[in-house]
Amino acid sequence: MNQPASAYFIEERHDPNETHTLAVLVQNEPGVLARVIGLFSGRGYNIESLTVSETEAQKHLSRITIVTTGTPMVIAQIKHQLDRMIPVYQVVDMTETRRSIERELAMVKVRGQGEHRVEALRLADAFRARVIDATTESFVFEITGNTEKINQFIDLMRPIGLVEVSRTGVAAIGRGPEGM
Amino acid sequence: MSDKSHDPNQMTGAAMIVRALIDHGVTDIFGYPGGAVLPIYDEIFQQSQVQHILVRHEQGAGHAAEGYARSTGKPGVALVTSGPGATNMVTPLTDALMDSIPLVCISGQVPTHLIGNDAFQECDTVGITRPCTKHNWLVRDVNDLAKVLHEAFYVATTGRPGPVLVDVPKDVQFAIGTYHPPRKSDVHRSYAPRVKGEATQIRKAVALLAGAKRPVIYSGGGVINSGPEATKLLRELVEVTGFPITSTLMGLGAYPASGKNWLGMLGMHGTYEANMTMHDCDVMLCVGARFDDRITGRVDAFSPNSKKIHIDIDPSSINKNIRVDVPIIGDCGNVLGDILQVFKAEAKKPDIKSWWQQIAQWRARNSLYYKKSNDVILPQHAIQSLFEATRGKDTYITTEVGQHQMWAAQFYGFEEPHRWMTSGGLGTMGYGLPAAIGVQVAHPDSLVIDIAGDASVQMTMQEMSTAVQYELPIKIFILNNQYMGMVRQWQQLLHGNRLSHSYSEALPDFVKLAEAYGGVGLQVTKPADLEGAIKEMISVKRPVLFDCRVAALENCFPMIPSGKAHNEMLLPEQANDEATAKAFAGGKALV
Repeated sequence: MNQPASAYFIEERHDPNETHTLAVLVQNEPGVLARVIGLFSGRGYNIESLTVSETEAQKHLSRITIVTTGTPMVIAQIKHQLDRMIPVYQVVDMTETRRSIERELAMVKVRGQGEHRVEALRLADAFRARVIDATTESFVFEITGNTEKINQFIDLMRPIGLVEVSRTGVAAIGRGPEGM
Repeated sequence: MSDKSHDPNQMTGAAMIVRALIDHGVTDIFGYPGGAVLPIYDEIFQQSQVQHILVRHEQGAGHAAEGYARSTGKPGVALVTSGPGATNMVTPLTDALMDSIPLVCISGQVPTHLIGNDAFQECDTVGITRPCTKHNWLVRDVNDLAKVLHEAFYVATTGRPGPVLVDVPKDVQFAIGTYHPPRKSDVHRSYAPRVKGEATQIRKAVALLAGAKRPVIYSGGGVINSGPEATKLLRELVEVTGFPITSTLMGLGAYPASGKNWLGMLGMHGTYEANMTMHDCDVMLCVGARFDDRITGRVDAFSPNSKKIHIDIDPSSINKNIRVDVPIIGDCGNVLGDILQVFKAEAKKPDIKSWWQQIAQWRARNSLYYKKSNDVILPQHAIQSLFEATRGKDTYITTEVGQHQMWAAQFYGFEEPHRWMTSGGLGTMGYGLPAAIGVQVAHPDSLVIDIAGDASVQMTMQEMSTAVQYELPIKIFILNNQYMGMVRQWQQLLHGNRLSHSYSEALPDFVKLAEAYGGVGLQVTKPADLEGAIKEMISVKRPVLFDCRVAALENCFPMIPSGKAHNEMLLPEQANDEATAKAFAGGKALV
């Protein structure tokens, strides 16, 4: 097929996308999150989930966990681009290590009466979700697990009377005695 | 009175800035005053160690600082005010980021209590410049200022060099705090560029080089950034291996253009022999270049049968565009030294006689051919004449962006590094004139020439006034074809010759313009007068605008057409309408 006239070489890439979870240890200073997010938007990378919090207050260290998708070449680029930012200490590809645990917390509000309430409680029990707020016509469940489990729970709650969901995004940590 | 008042390190933020400049060996800065930097200007007024060059527009300050940096290897420094002063710096900062030029920009900011209030001349400077700097800082406490300034210089000049910006609110400039001289702990512990290449990778590289039948060295701006030692080692490597060498636009001068192994520049407007050598090679050694899209052409057809070694200090340059076989992360000079050492100890010069014979055949195509005329000056001929007239002189060349830039790269032979200042990555029209000012400030007795186009040069023409004020005898050599030549060329080749807004209906009289600024104007229209006029230009010790009227419709060849590979170049003798139409198949019908 003919390409359109262009000063640039246009090519389509067909490498399959992969999903990776990256743990990024950064100096907690003004603008550091903006730098990381700006890198993703500026270079056209995807952010599926982003979780950030200070983890070592005395050392001013924050840990950013990013779930991203891209071709293997793009994922490698993302890691290098993150690593060369001045306030970034370390970038670990939790997916590549294959030895990490990922968790997410969600609060799920469900509204309903009669049989729907019973069904909601029954499912919550099966998913080990806790009731953290209740009224005569609603529940708020707290559920922890990997992304897939939470998605599944939310899908089940939808027909019962799902009102809204608040999720923390993914946090990840490596198995075993060693730190990052 | 407390003892503190006698402490020589107690000073205002503004005084700290000037003191830090002195401590980092800065002798010249480029800037423009305004409300939010007045305390700093007051300090500058009261000292004589740092000379300040007043530009006419902040963009000019940025490019002048870039020219200064590129021609000296030292960081360039720009000082601008808040708001528009800072936003006008965005282009030079981005330019410096793309071309890895060490630049330290200090910007004023509204007082801290007004930040976020939409105060007069306020803008989110660190937000705006975050993606166009290597790093930037907003200093809210005067006691952090010394540390930040020292870190700024360190970050700008180490690893892959680049621009940094320090935003200093006006109240911090007035506040008194404690200064300290540069020390190691000023730098983020998270910042530690790798300088030395991995030994196992270096061995792998040497093994590939030693076994090569059809090798090529492809060098880039990283060699020049690395310093004089890297240039020396690159030349030695060429000598020891006998390999052919080509270079990117940014890398010109690292290997001398008169050297026998020189193939000329590669890429979109590179020579036929350089691109064919790249395409057909079996081992490619890329030193401090980044496989930019102007270099590679079609990525999936780029040098398909070669093993590729890539030396770069920035890990993110590796495998960004092209997959390589042996990546070596480290400083070019350092890694080249290690490669040479291992090569000399363990390998011998491979026999590549037949490869050189092949290259000689490609060379014989004479891809930079153009037809001279007695009636009209060909732009290529103008550059060649300029080169001949300045050969052996202590000359620095800057350029704007467009056809003239490519012709300068093709026809001006660079023998040494740091002699060629051009906007490669960002392609900033208007770069060359202010850059020439920066170069001339750094090298007051040298011949500094901006090879310009009539369109580009008007983007920063106001800096002629700066050149006149500081008696900087820069020469602006304008290849005047009355078009935005490269835009017109693409329109001819790809858009059915519909020359949409690429012709300048009204150009200034450049001779009168030069005179209006207090400079010297020269014009030449006939090939016979060219040589004499260039001589006159060189002999004038004042800023010159040289209006060189050239053939209006000349195009820049050879050229890799859009979506084509290195071995599908369009050569000048083939560039008739029919062949061009075919080469650009997929483009609109050509007239």
